[in-house]
Amino acid sequence: MNLDVLAGCVATASCFVTQVSTGLIVGMLLFLVASGLSLIFGVLGVVNFAHGVFYMLGAYFAFAAYEATGSFVLALLAGAAGAGLVGIVFERFFMSRVYGKDLLMQLLVCYAAILICDDLVKIVFGADYKLMGMPEAFATAPVEVLGGFIPGYYIFMVGMALGIGAVLWLGINRTRLGKIIRALAINPQMVGALGINTRLLYAGVFGMGCVLAGTAGALAAPVRTLTPGMGLSVLIESFIVTVIGGMGSIPGALVAAILIGLTRAFGAIGFPLFTDGLMFALMGLVLILRPSGLLGARTA
Amino acid sequence: MRAGLMRDLGLGLIGLVLLLALPALFPHPSLRDFLIYVIAYGLLAMSLNLLVGLTGLVSFGHAAYFASGAYVFGLLMQGGAVSIPVAMLAAVGGTALLALVIGAICVRLKEIYFSFITLAFQMFIHSIILTWVDLTGGDQGLRGGIPRPPFLGIDLGDAGTLYAFCAVVFVACLLVMRQVWQSPFGYTLRMIRDNPARANFLGVDVVRMKLGVFVLAGTMASVAGIIMALFVSGAFPEFGFWTTSGEAIFMIMLGGTQVFLGPVIGAFLLQLLNHYVTIWTHHHGLVLGIVILAIVLGLRRGVADYAMAWLADRRAAAAPPATPAKAAAPAETKAAG
Repeated sequence: MNLDVLAGCVATASCFVTQVSTGLIVGMLLFLVASGLSLIFGVLGVVNFAHGVFYMLGAYFAFAAYEATGSFVLALLAGAAGAGLVGIVFERFFMSRVYGKDLLMQLLVCYAAILICDDLVKIVFGADYKLMGMPEAFATAPVEVLGGFIPGYYIFMVGMALGIGAVLWLGINRTRLGKIIRALAINPQMVGALGINTRLLYAGVFGMGCVLAGTAGALAAPVRTLTPGMGLSVLIESFIVTVIGGMGSIPGALVAAILIGLTRAFGAIGFPLFTDGLMFALMGLVLILRPSGLLGARTA
Repeated sequence: MRAGLMRDLGLGLIGLVLLLALPALFPHPSLRDFLIYVIAYGLLAMSLNLLVGLTGLVSFGHAAYFASGAYVFGLLMQGGAVSIPVAMLAAVGGTALLALVIGAICVRLKEIYFSFITLAFQMFIHSIILTWVDLTGGDQGLRGGIPRPPFLGIDLGDAGTLYAFCAVVFVACLLVMRQVWQSPFGYTLRMIRDNPARANFLGVDVVRMKLGVFVLAGTMASVAGIIMALFVSGAFPEFGFWTTSGEAIFMIMLGGTQVFLGPVIGAFLLQLLNHYVTIWTHHHGLVLGIVILAIVLGLRRGVADYAMAWLADRRAAAAPPATPAKAAAPAETKAAG
């Protein structure tokens, strides 16, 4: 524990700004992954324990596309689309077979997917750490705010994540397709009876959730090292985020992701070993006081 | 009821003799190590199945009690003030208390939320183990070995004696769990699993029953932790990490949730699989993943559950020819139902 250092950092504007910006980008990545998780749970009613895999795949696809073309825009698209396609295949051939089965069966299918994909990435890309490097467009001087420095890419990341979040929220709450998806979450038989292809929709929603995770991975690729198995810690943290924010709530995921991001950033200074413990304590507290999460719909 | 108890005792004795005879017949140290791993993880998986298979509570945080048993036992033995049986009792009692406090909060939550809160508590305990370096040694684990002073003429310093001791404790725990499995309490738990609303309606105190089995399962997991600590002569933070819980869940699913000994079979199969797959290939995850998919999507249940259902089917298929031709039709429908 090093609480003096933490207090010193909070009191200094430059350190505070730096930590807040670090916390925000961690939070934004978590928000994208967690909103995908939340979307899948909210509509399909299954917990995608393999969600971290799609984050990892997004990062590796972006890395490969960037190596091949040198274009960061193409890399982002490749990460998002690649993860989405793998997600649809995974949903159609494996996940859809265990809908309505008990939780353990879904857990095992996802566990198998994690093991297989981690090993496949190891075979294709090698087990060593990979660095994508910062795209040239962002190789500019960092922006100075109150004596603290924020890299331009951080601002881009936060903007992208917030933009995607807004589009997602509007898409679900303000469009016809969004209305159908919300209806699907409540009464799939009725939606099917009205002549809508629910299977296609399920696959689409699952794929969309994976696109979100893949986008997060692609956005993270320039600022993170890539390893097979990188999805795991993100998976655990995005679970904490979805539980704190409320399963199925996208605004809840945003609030909780920022909370966890800031906890991580400041915890790393004050109590590096206990940051995980604090995150799980937060999650436990929310579950005890408000089992449906901060902004989740109250069920019971 | 009595006859059932005698039969279980007899089967337990046969199992114990088998466990003791195996290393004597094949005197290979690696076989004994293999079996102790199966015993420790098998006991962990069996205790978790009291929650998962019997009560329908999918706990993601069961390894917390495994770690708590190992750490309390290890610390007491390193303190040097108490003998092995006293330290074991203290570790089991302390874990029961821990499970009582955590369980009292957890069992009120339902389904996936129960899973998440048990995970949260486990990771919280794991973080405490990592952070409290002075007491637990942090990520290095309890170093310097766990002393094994002789008691009542039993010297656990000898590898053969240690193995026999673990086997006896294991079989004793299985017998206790078997009694719970067959008791009215066990059937009440099945009712809670299948229909909690009806159980409540019939006057069952659902929360108290769940709490009871939660504490029992935690206690049994702590015994598994003690066996592990005795065997590796240490305790490590990984004991309380979520991967240990995940492995226990996997063993249950591999073996089967509805056959009493299913989880032990799963533990055995997983150890065997790990052992041979790592010899053959570096791509251990790929092979294991494909095996899991084959079991989940092919068998759709654990190996022991599948075998039991297959046997039941065969018996049902074999039954009609034995009955007279006239009564065949009604007998067939009865056998099918």
